[in-house]
Formats: sequence, structure tokens, C-alpha cells
Amino acid sequence: MPQELIIEAGRGERQYWRDLWTYRELFYFLAWRDILVRYKQTIIGIAWALIRPLLTMIVFTFVFGRLAKLPPDGSAPYAIMVFAAMLPWQFFSTSLTESSNSLISNANLISKIYFPRLIVPAGSVITSFVDFLISGVLMVVLMVWYHWIPDWRILCLPLFVALAFAAAVGPGLWLAALNVKFRDFRYIVPFITQLGLYVSPVGFSSRIVPEKWRLLYSLNPMVGVIDGFRWAILRGETTLYWPGTVASIVVTALLCASGIWYFRRVERTFADII
Amino acid sequence: MSDIVISAENLGKRYRIQHQQQRQRYVALRDVLADKTKSVARRLWSAARGRRPDVRGQKSAEDFWALRQVSFEVKQGESVGFIGRNGAGKSTLLKILSRITEPTEGRVRIRGRVASLLEVGTGFHPELTGRENVFLNGAILGMTRAEIRRKFDEIVAFAEVEKFLDTPVKRFSSGMYVRLAFAVAAHIEPEILVVDEVLAVGDAQFQKRCLAKMGAVAKAGRTVLFVSHQLNQIRRLTNKCAWLDTGELRMFGSVGETLGAYESNLNSPSEDSRRALVDDHHRTNFLSWDLSSSPKGRRNCLQTAGEFALRLKLRASKQIRNGHHGIALYRNDQLLVWATAATGLNLDPGLHRLVHTFPGLPLRPGSYSWRVSLYDESGLLDDYTCTPELIIDTLPVTHPRDEWAGLLNIPTKFDVERAELGDEGAPTGLGQQKGEQND
Repeated sequence: MPQELIIEAGRGERQYWRDLWTYRELFYFLAWRDILVRYKQTIIGIAWALIRPLLTMIVFTFVFGRLAKLPPDGSAPYAIMVFAAMLPWQFFSTSLTESSNSLISNANLISKIYFPRLIVPAGSVITSFVDFLISGVLMVVLMVWYHWIPDWRILCLPLFVALAFAAAVGPGLWLAALNVKFRDFRYIVPFITQLGLYVSPVGFSSRIVPEKWRLLYSLNPMVGVIDGFRWAILRGETTLYWPGTVASIVVTALLCASGIWYFRRVERTFADII
Repeated sequence: MSDIVISAENLGKRYRIQHQQQRQRYVALRDVLADKTKSVARRLWSAARGRRPDVRGQKSAEDFWALRQVSFEVKQGESVGFIGRNGAGKSTLLKILSRITEPTEGRVRIRGRVASLLEVGTGFHPELTGRENVFLNGAILGMTRAEIRRKFDEIVAFAEVEKFLDTPVKRFSSGMYVRLAFAVAAHIEPEILVVDEVLAVGDAQFQKRCLAKMGAVAKAGRTVLFVSHQLNQIRRLTNKCAWLDTGELRMFGSVGETLGAYESNLNSPSEDSRRALVDDHHRTNFLSWDLSSSPKGRRNCLQTAGEFALRLKLRASKQIRNGHHGIALYRNDQLLVWATAATGLNLDPGLHRLVHTFPGLPLRPGSYSWRVSLYDESGLLDDYTCTPELIIDTLPVTHPRDEWAGLLNIPTKFDVERAELGDEGAPTGLGQQKGEQND
């Protein structure tokens, strides 16, 4: 006898997490759909997934290294230093942009079908994650090119990847939920990502930041992520600023938890206001 | 199996409608700026608290109850049709049952997995091919990948799009699109299937296949909730019917009963067509009409295929000389069915009854309207479209196939006789064999 479900104003907690499990395949399908659609009717197709990060990396190495002449960290090749930071940053910024628009672009699904809405922004984070993995492959190629062999610290990379994932999910959920009601956020998000690119230690090392401001600076969750990536990849040439990393982790956790809380809270009104 | 699978108690759904308030006559810029800043701050504050912004004093908000106090129960295996005018709340109710939107008050208890088909082709992406869309749509509707793979061939066969599986769906014709979308939806196997007016698109053959498929689902013991404006579909498919009227559940009972009540209400006069039956002694006008053979209480209902009389009550406020009385019968789609006129009438002032005796009116059951007029030498005295409408409720003589339902309802007798070459014009004798009358 199937279990009884009660639909009532304000109810629905326990059932939701069970539903997330029942609908788990939808995570895959929505991400699969977005990736497929991206490369439909293109000639070079999936090769774009490699070309885009490659071009970005070339441009950035040129801009930050040659033009701005920002000092590299230790003896690591500049390209690797920039790419080690570009990787998580691209992941963060594309997942932020995509997840903030995800609910609105799937408005037809949300107003006509039931599934746990958390899947939609999560699906866009997953799509960006796939791009991240592809760029990761490029990173490996780059390291081979420069004969750069990382040491034991590379084993910590998965932890930082998880941190990057969480850092993308938290604000993503907030923005996705806010964007449904207040479409202003569609204009605010590109601004955030632009600003963030210059503020976060992508083109430079966070050592440039004066000591007394370092902790405040680390409240930006991407600082911890990027520093961690650099530390893991660049053979310890950079030292990890531990208070900063802890601060980033705490901020990320708070953003994630509050993001889920706010999303769940407003979710029931999505179909009415989208 | 008589367990209750859906039990709705006092469901209500309220929407807030905004109205812009009238601006005051003289508005200072200072006031405008102060108002705007306050309103922005207020909205941000309430957004941060997750509540809707307080609209008191800003704009006037009106409460619109799309559903109010709706309660019903559905047992397992029943097929329930939902009828009602546009805006009655049917789709809102289905959305609540599908958990797409939350009720404002009341609750529903549901036992079993619900699959809703509120729109055909939800989730279809135009860039993806037919094959990819089947998987995508199936997953969105709740099937697992393994399930879809298992049923893939069935789905494609039902949709008849084998050739086009690898073309992007944006190249499909609208018929193919709808067939594929419905094919996927038809193969979900939920305990409760909720369908909202999706059969309105598609050609007749497709609609028949879909109805057949839904009928099979119902026969398999699953519960089906079906919204449609096509009452014959409701009659065919469902065994109970719910009538929603401006958010309230007006009636919930057997199909025949509910549909009958709905149809006769449909043909009752709406506000603007209702003539205020002012018995004005200074005017000559028609007051009312009835039928000689109508059952008690339903004076506008014709239930006999034989002779009857139509009686029109007329008040003449003056002497009428050489009057001309016209009468016309229109079908509910304004097709003129029949008309005649009587001339040379002479009436004294007072109440009269104009009687038309019909030997029979073999029209298909449905709603029709009389239109009567009276002219005299001075011109038009009254042109009245009679209310309420005429409802013909005779036993329908039907063809087993729906598309052969015609205009008339003639109860023929059917016989088979021996014949010989060259016997045209000979009178029909007693039949040697009797065929079966189509009924």
C-alpha cells in the first residue's frame, strides 16, 4: 500500500528529501540536456568545450602576465599559476550565472510538472562542473607541457574541488530563488562575476594583499578555493594562509545552508510567481 | 477495491491581485521620491524575511479565490471528469493535486504516485532529437531510465514517428509533436493519472487513440482525473463527474446527472441576455414560453419525439391589426434550423397565448433557442430571443461511431424485404426478415 501523502499549506518537509532521491535521475537528465543543447548544430561540437578554456587561459596569461606584469608565485610557470586559479573561478562564475537563471529558463517545467525544484539550479552547477572537468584535462596537458610534476599536495585537490562545488551551490541557490521574484538579479549577477574576477586572486597571488586585510579578504569564499587550488597544484610554492582558508570554509558552509533554507522556503510560491 | 485514494478537504487557493491606486491630484516630487524609497526599502525588508511584501497602503490588493471550500473523495479505479467554464478553477485544482502549487487552506490526502499531464510536450526541447526528447520527457514525468528504455519501442509505435526519431523536434509538424508528447505521457504507469485538456489538440484519429489509451489505463484499475470541455469525451471515459463553478464544487456525482445539470445551466440565460420580464402595460411584448408536453419543473425541456405544442404568452398593450408573427428556431451555434411566420393577426389588448403545434421535432438532443417577433402596421413591436433555451432531451438515435452524429434525430424503423428486378414503386409489404435497428 503506497504511503499516504498530505498536501497542505506549509507542509512538506520529510517528503521532499525522499522525493529528491526518487527524482535523482533528473539531475543527470537536466545536465545532459543542457550540455547536448549547447553543441547542437555546431560543426566542431564538443571541441568547443576545450577551446573556450584554452583561449581564456591564453588571453589571461597575456593580460595579467605580460601587460599587467603581476608577479608570479615562486618559480611556477605563470600560465599554470593563472590556470590553477582560472579553473575554479570559471566553474564558480558560470555556475553562478547559469543557476541564477535556471529557474526562469525552466519556467515551463516549473509551472506544469512536479519535481523537487532544488534539482534545477543543482543541475546547472553540474553542467558547469562538467566544463570544469574538461578544463581539468586541459590543465593536465598544460602541466605535461611545462614538465611540471605536482607533489603530494595534489591529493588534497578533491577537497578543494568539493569546496568549490559548495561555494558555487550556496550563492547559486540564493540567486536562483531571488531571481524568480526579483528579476533585478539578472542584471546584478554579471556585475558580481565581473567584479569578482578582478577582486579574487585569479590573475595575481593573494600574497599581494597586505597582512592586516588578509582575513577580511578571505571572507570571499573563492579566495580560499583559489588559494587551495594553487597550493595543491603548485607544489607548495605558495603557502596556505590557514585562517583565511578556514574563514572561506565557514562562509561557504553558511551560504550553502542559508541558500537551501531560503530556497525551500520560497519554493512553494514558484509556480505562482514565475 | 474501494479504498479512497484522493481525499480533498476544504481546499482553497487564493491569489492576490494588484490594482494600481489612483494617484492624488497634486503630487510633489519630494513625496514621490520619499514614497519610492520607502516602498523599495519595505519590499527588500520583507523579501529578506521571506514574506510577501506588505501591500497595505501601496496598491490596493484584492483577494481572488480561485478555489474555495472544495471537498471530495475519489476511490481507487474511478475515473472522474472535471467540467466547468473557463476560469472555474479546474486547472488550479489539478495543479494542487499535482503538487505544483500549494493550497492556501485545506488539505488533500493522496495515496499513490501521481503523474500529471497538464500540457503536452512539457520539457521537450526543440533542439534535441525525437529520441533524446523521449528520454528527457519521460524522466521529467517521473520514469527511470530503465523504464524508458524498456518502453521505448512501444512509445515510438504509438506515436508513429519511427522515421523521424533522429530529427530535432523543432522540425516536427505540430501533429507529430503532439503525438510523440502524448505517447510518452501515456506510457507512464502511475497509480493516479491527471490529465488537463490536452486532448483538445490533435486530429480526430489521434484523439480517439488517446481516449482509448486512457480508457485502458482506467480499466487497468488506475484512477484517472480528466478535465475536458468536450462533454462527449467525459461521457465516454469517466464514471463520475465534478462540476466546478467559479471556484466552488457545485456538484459531484454520476456522469449523467452532473452533465445534465451542467448543460441545462449552460443554457440558462446569462446576465446580459436575460430580459427583464417587465410586465409593462404600455408595451406589447412576449412574456414567457413553455411546452405543452414538458415534464413538471422543466418547462423548457422537450422529451417527446411526437406531437407537442409551443406556447408563447404575449401581452398586447393596444389593438393589433394585421399583425405579423415570426418564429425561428436556432441551434446553439446560431445555425438557423427552421422558421415560419403567421400573418394577418388581429389581437385585442390583453394577454394572449400564441400556440404552435408541432407534429414532432426530430432534432438531435442539445440546446436550441426560439426567436419570436411581432410586427404590426406601425412596425416592429417586439423581437425576443426566448429564455430559457429549448433543451431537447429525447432518446438519441446514434451511430456506433461518433463522427456520424448528424443534425437530426429521426427514430426510423428498419426492415429487410425480398425484392425483384423492376419492382421499384411497389408498396412495401410485410418484411420477411427484420434487420436490427441502429440504436
